[in-house]
Amino acid sequence: MARAVTTQRKALNTVAAWTVGLLIFFPILWTILTSFKTEATAIADPPVFLFFDWTTENYAAVMQRSDYAQFLWNSIFIAGGSTLLGLIVAIPAAWSMAFVPSPRTKDILLWMLSTKMLPAVGVLYPIYLLFIRLGLLDTKIGLTLVLMLINLPIIVWMLYTYFREIPGEILEAARMDGASLRDEILYVLTPMAVPGIASTLLLNFILAWNEAFWTLNLTAAKAAPLTAFIASYSSPEGLFYAKLSAASTMAIAPILIMGWFSQKQLVRGLTFGAVK
Amino acid sequence: MATQHARSAARLMLAPAVILLLGWMLVPLTMTLVFSFKKYLPLRGGDLGWVGFENYIRFVTSSAFWPSIWATLIIVGGVLVITIAFGIALALLLDQPMWGQGIVRILVIAPFFVMPTVSALVWKNMFMDPVNGLFAHLWQFFGAEPIQWLSQASLPSIIMIVSWQWLPFATLILLTAIQSLDSEQIEAAEMDGAPWRSRFIYIILPHLSRAITIVLLIQTIFLLGIFAEIFVTTQGSFGTRTLTYLIYQRVLESQNVGLGSAGGIYAVILANIIAIFLMRIVGKNLDA
Repeated sequence: MARAVTTQRKALNTVAAWTVGLLIFFPILWTILTSFKTEATAIADPPVFLFFDWTTENYAAVMQRSDYAQFLWNSIFIAGGSTLLGLIVAIPAAWSMAFVPSPRTKDILLWMLSTKMLPAVGVLYPIYLLFIRLGLLDTKIGLTLVLMLINLPIIVWMLYTYFREIPGEILEAARMDGASLRDEILYVLTPMAVPGIASTLLLNFILAWNEAFWTLNLTAAKAAPLTAFIASYSSPEGLFYAKLSAASTMAIAPILIMGWFSQKQLVRGLTFGAVK
Repeated sequence: MATQHARSAARLMLAPAVILLLGWMLVPLTMTLVFSFKKYLPLRGGDLGWVGFENYIRFVTSSAFWPSIWATLIIVGGVLVITIAFGIALALLLDQPMWGQGIVRILVIAPFFVMPTVSALVWKNMFMDPVNGLFAHLWQFFGAEPIQWLSQASLPSIIMIVSWQWLPFATLILLTAIQSLDSEQIEAAEMDGAPWRSRFIYIILPHLSRAITIVLLIQTIFLLGIFAEIFVTTQGSFGTRTLTYLIYQRVLESQNVGLGSAGGIYAVILANIIAIFLMRIVGKNLDA
């Protein structure tokens, strides 16, 4: 039985929830608004909210700093590359654990998760040294590899929980009909797993895009992604609010939109399936 | 049943992931362990030989150690209390019938997708700046003296920034858990005359206990390692030097790799203690 709710009560809930929601969203909204102001308006006293001369000059200015495109490309390359590489390694692993479980499967899964808990700062110097030796410091490839390894446990777990929901009988039927293992994965499993793979891809792209320990410490001028670009804006206070806002908006907009599509996967992915 | 062929194929397919993660875990960790027993100053002579447990003792007895533990505990604890308390309240609110629920959820979840460097900079400059920040304007509007947030109230400021980033995650998980609560149970209690407070304490809270534990553990793991928020705002000054940041400074700023590595091993041990609890809970879920 659905509970009867008075319209008044519903209106009250709506007002309360919208107030809290807008309050939480406000810093992002304020950043977006400020990005359309001139630098003078951005620090006006008292602050102006909506009624100012909207300008896109900050976006033009940020774009003109020729390096912005480079940072953006680095972010796309690193986040995309690490996610794709991770999927290539994780799909077979998750497949094998979901459909051919062994007594050790659970231990392997938990062990993988435990590598995720290794404090990054504890291994910063060794990685730094290895990167110098291997010529990977400040390269996109190096960072892609590190982010792939960091997110690999999450990718494997997410895929595993999705794959487990695919009925094994269908795969067996295909096998009976003489499908080879390769065909089975390519033509039977993959199409059924596409939604799960897509959400895994989405969430891991977001996590890699926002990662801000390795990206800040293993890059300099060449391979730095947007996280490092934005960090370089901690320059003189109060001078560049509008440009900082424009750069921030450009750095977060695509991820924000992707994130809104993947909120359900966020719960699933980050809790390793422990909350449904 | 899986055939022998399928089983060996499965093992082959699992191998790359296992080998990669094994390498990722063992190689750098072994190096850290080795460095931690050495006097190792890359810019002042390099590897100067074995020193036993000297680094471990020096790290713990340094005057910066206990303050860093306190800063870590206060930040992690503060963020946990705020995100869980507000997360429960917010999840209960969002679970109520209302207009535009989907949009409110999108608004609430948004901060989680903002990269840490952006949120730290936006808060630092546009909100907490003592001259041009919105808070300064707000304080002045009410005739109060603006606060120098990141120097006078550095820890609360950091807690505020980080809580803003993690509140969405806590809310989303708690909301997911609340939505799985059987509404008939609540209705039955309501009809039996149980007041709101008892319904909350005896039905809702126990139902949420698992979700709360998960939020607690996962956030703790991430919060122990927060870096960008401090790197961009205070650089560890004004009492915001956490254990992570202290180790970072020992390794990269003072270039004392031996000492930093000993600190790193402490951090690994700390993380493992927390991880064991998380594993238990997640492991239980695997059996279900």
